[in-house]
Amino acid sequence: MEPADHILLAMLIPTVGALLIVLARSNPNLREAVTLVTAGLLFVNVLQLLPVVLAGGRPELFGFTVTPGLEVAFQVEPLGILFGLIASFLWIVNSFYSIGYMRGNKEPRQTQFYVAFAIALASALGIAFSANLFTLFLFYEILTLSTYPLVAHHGDAKARRGARIYLIILLGTSIVFFIPALVWTLAIAGTLDFMPGGILAGKASGLTTGLLLALFAFGIGKAALMPVHKWLPNAMVAPTPVSALLHAVAVVKAGVFTILKVSVYIFGSDHLLATGASEWLVYLATFSLLAASVIALTKDNLKARLAYSTVSQLGYIVLGAAIATPLALIGAGMHILMHAFGKITLFFVAGAIHTATHKTEISQLNGIGRAMPFTMGAFFIGALSIIGLPPLGGAWSKLYIALGGMDGDYWFVVAALMISSVLNVAYLMPIVVRAFFRPPDPDEHAHDHDHAPVVENGSFRSRIAEAPLLCVVPLMFTAFACFILFFAPDAIQGLLQGMMEVPR
Amino acid sequence: MLAQHLPALQVVIPLLAAPLCALFRRGFIGWLIAVAANWLAFAASIGLLIRVLNEGVISYAMGGWAPPIGIEYRVDLINVFVLLVVSGVGAVIIPFARTGTAARFNDTDQAWFYTMYLLALTGLLGVTITGDAFNIFVFLEISSLASYVMIAMGRDRRALTAAYQYLIMGTVGATFIVIGIGLLWAMTGTLNLADLAQRIPEINDTRPVLAALAFLTVGISLKLALFPLHLWLPNAYAYAPAVTSAFLAGTATKVAIYLFLRFFYTVFGGGGFFSSTPLPEMFLVLSIVAMFAASTVALFQDDVKRMFAYSSVAQIGFITLGISFVTEAGLTAAMTHLFNHAIMKAGIFMLLGGVMFRLASVKLEDMAGIGRKMPFTMGGIVILGLGLIGTPGTSGFISKWWIVLAALEKDQWWLVALILVASLITMLYVGRIVEVAYFREPSAKAASVREAPLAMLIPAYVLVAATIYFGLDTNWSVGLAQQAAADLLAGLY
Repeated sequence: MEPADHILLAMLIPTVGALLIVLARSNPNLREAVTLVTAGLLFVNVLQLLPVVLAGGRPELFGFTVTPGLEVAFQVEPLGILFGLIASFLWIVNSFYSIGYMRGNKEPRQTQFYVAFAIALASALGIAFSANLFTLFLFYEILTLSTYPLVAHHGDAKARRGARIYLIILLGTSIVFFIPALVWTLAIAGTLDFMPGGILAGKASGLTTGLLLALFAFGIGKAALMPVHKWLPNAMVAPTPVSALLHAVAVVKAGVFTILKVSVYIFGSDHLLATGASEWLVYLATFSLLAASVIALTKDNLKARLAYSTVSQLGYIVLGAAIATPLALIGAGMHILMHAFGKITLFFVAGAIHTATHKTEISQLNGIGRAMPFTMGAFFIGALSIIGLPPLGGAWSKLYIALGGMDGDYWFVVAALMISSVLNVAYLMPIVVRAFFRPPDPDEHAHDHDHAPVVENGSFRSRIAEAPLLCVVPLMFTAFACFILFFAPDAIQGLLQGMMEVPR
Repeated sequence: MLAQHLPALQVVIPLLAAPLCALFRRGFIGWLIAVAANWLAFAASIGLLIRVLNEGVISYAMGGWAPPIGIEYRVDLINVFVLLVVSGVGAVIIPFARTGTAARFNDTDQAWFYTMYLLALTGLLGVTITGDAFNIFVFLEISSLASYVMIAMGRDRRALTAAYQYLIMGTVGATFIVIGIGLLWAMTGTLNLADLAQRIPEINDTRPVLAALAFLTVGISLKLALFPLHLWLPNAYAYAPAVTSAFLAGTATKVAIYLFLRFFYTVFGGGGFFSSTPLPEMFLVLSIVAMFAASTVALFQDDVKRMFAYSSVAQIGFITLGISFVTEAGLTAAMTHLFNHAIMKAGIFMLLGGVMFRLASVKLEDMAGIGRKMPFTMGGIVILGLGLIGTPGTSGFISKWWIVLAALEKDQWWLVALILVASLITMLYVGRIVEVAYFREPSAKAASVREAPLAMLIPAYVLVAATIYFGLDTNWSVGLAQQAAADLLAGLY
């Protein structure tokens, strides 16, 4: 098969999968099998494109012209293949986890859930492989719409409110800021194609570039840059696999991916550095990542704390895109990967705790590490990766961004990153400490005995009450992956270096 | 031979079919006649389009009487585009009409309904195709009178007052139009539009001509429901039968917009004259007010049909906004949106007709949880609603894109902002329906409903498919609109 076929298949496989899931709705086992097979096929398919891109190829697929200047077309480049691989790989892991979670919690409307999930993946890959801003925008909106039913899944007043905020902020920012950014870019550059080195160099003044960047930064609401981050904490009303989709697999990743893509292929690193037009964004992103960390400290709800942690970590990626030095951009791209694995682990843990004990608040987690040692162990590893400590993957991306900041003479960035790491420790580690070193609350089993049957005078083993295996294995797997990724920075840097190469 | 007489056939076919329906007095036969006549009319429009593309402007002397003595039918790109919209939307709606009409009326009333429908169609096609000013008035009255009846046949008793309201305001509008035409005739001695277009520009600063302009502006604005002359529209759309609402929303206001363009751009002398009057500024302001005020009112409606009726007023604001730019991009945007909005709004009213058919209500609270009971109906409304918002991948996005492009071309950044914020309000009211229909527990009424019958769904889905198709391929919609806009601006006829 030609590489172009793989591009088409990347969107086709999940779409067909969605249809098959509908057809298999009356047989849950078959339905879940369809999801797993689809996810597996998708990953294998995307993987076929990797060697081509590594060899310097840029596979293309032209769709059609909608109206002059607006084309649906695809091209695979390093950043896109990275995002495509993350999304399609984590979909496999997340699907296993979903089965455990959705069945464990006896969630309603599971067919709708799996269908929306598959469509979300199709649009995520459309975003990853877009050859121009219009195509990206098209799939960006489909992603918003297909995840809306997922956020509103529970259907109660709280879920409806969260979903409403989700839709209004994401769709609203894209209409009010993203569309004018598209029109303006087309007016200035005469094209919306992603080109190495950007398309605005020599065509847009510093002021224009700065304003345009602002339209993009706020128009891409999925990047959750303050002050358009509110949708993310509100969306945590969704079931945990959905949170994983939002925070790690596709949604916020699509946001920061778009920011990076715009920074590299529309503005161009050189143009941003020459005009200094992105300097304001450096300050805003720094503020965003610090402020979100501080807010995270105040949250007692585990998922809320993780949500603000995501806002903070996305700030790192936007920061890298704004600094725009090659090292910072590579660091930002790498952080998409590292954060994805770290954060998905943490959300899986939050979901596993909920499945096993129905606990949602951090203050209820005293001693839970004794009942759920594997889960909480994975949490510890994921948290270390988010904080950015070796020997875990998150260490590298943060290092690269900091080095990129030094390159760009933003010394305060280095300081801010250090403060942020301390804050990360402060909001993640107490959870681990509480889980392993505090004694369980005495009244714990009173209302919980049907979930965690305790054998009187039992041994340590008998007190283990983990979530279903399908929940625990995926989260241990992703935690292990955080460790593996520590040894992969060269490979990732090698891949991402390709996006800097400007054709002479 | 047949192709030669297409301009006449365009109007004559539905005109002759109308009394046939009345004669047979059988619902089913009436329906068959209406379908046949409407599809033939659509075929005639397509034939005319092919001819106009090949040979340019067609001039047809009605009855063999050469203009200016006889009545001339004159077809150019601008009106063939509108003919296509009117006959095309009708051709999709009329198969849909059978189920709902048969369930509610006896044989005689059904036949009358189809008679009225065909007369309304005749009138609208006639207004669009004729090249004679007085003939415009005649056809306008035919279509208006027929539509008053069609509105009054709604199941709600308020349909009667709505029809009466429309009758009064529509008559005032028609009277203004005929006064305007009379003044023009007094000044030039001709009623032929092409002749008027030659003579008026020389005297377009004289008082009677300006007075004619004023009468025509108010009269036509009433017909096209320009804010604040829209008051007849919400009730008329809300209480009329679904077929009527869908047909009027897709065609009547669109033809009035065509009429506006024809008079102000063609007859009075191209874009140059239009921009020398205070009209563009006036239209700009009124359009913006319409976009915001009507959308905001729509947001607070509890009757979904009424909500979309107000949405129509707002969407007409988008069209007149494009007209007020007096640029090629602006007119392209206006013509494109005329086309796209006709499709989307007709589709929405048809699907709501399906809801009405099953649920006997289109109140928001009664529609709670209906998304699960009528998945195809609601799915269609969601897609068309996304089109109204302007989501990429739907034709509504193309309209928005062009109108934003047109505003940018004039360096009006504040307008870009206003256009997009107005889209946000659209998002809010569409979102309101989605939330109620999908995430509320079914209401007592909704608990027992089934999906709408296929005979209603399939026609509506033709329009849903068209909304997506014209969002991805714009060769026909924007392509034709662009050429028509260039002709309008140059005052070609």
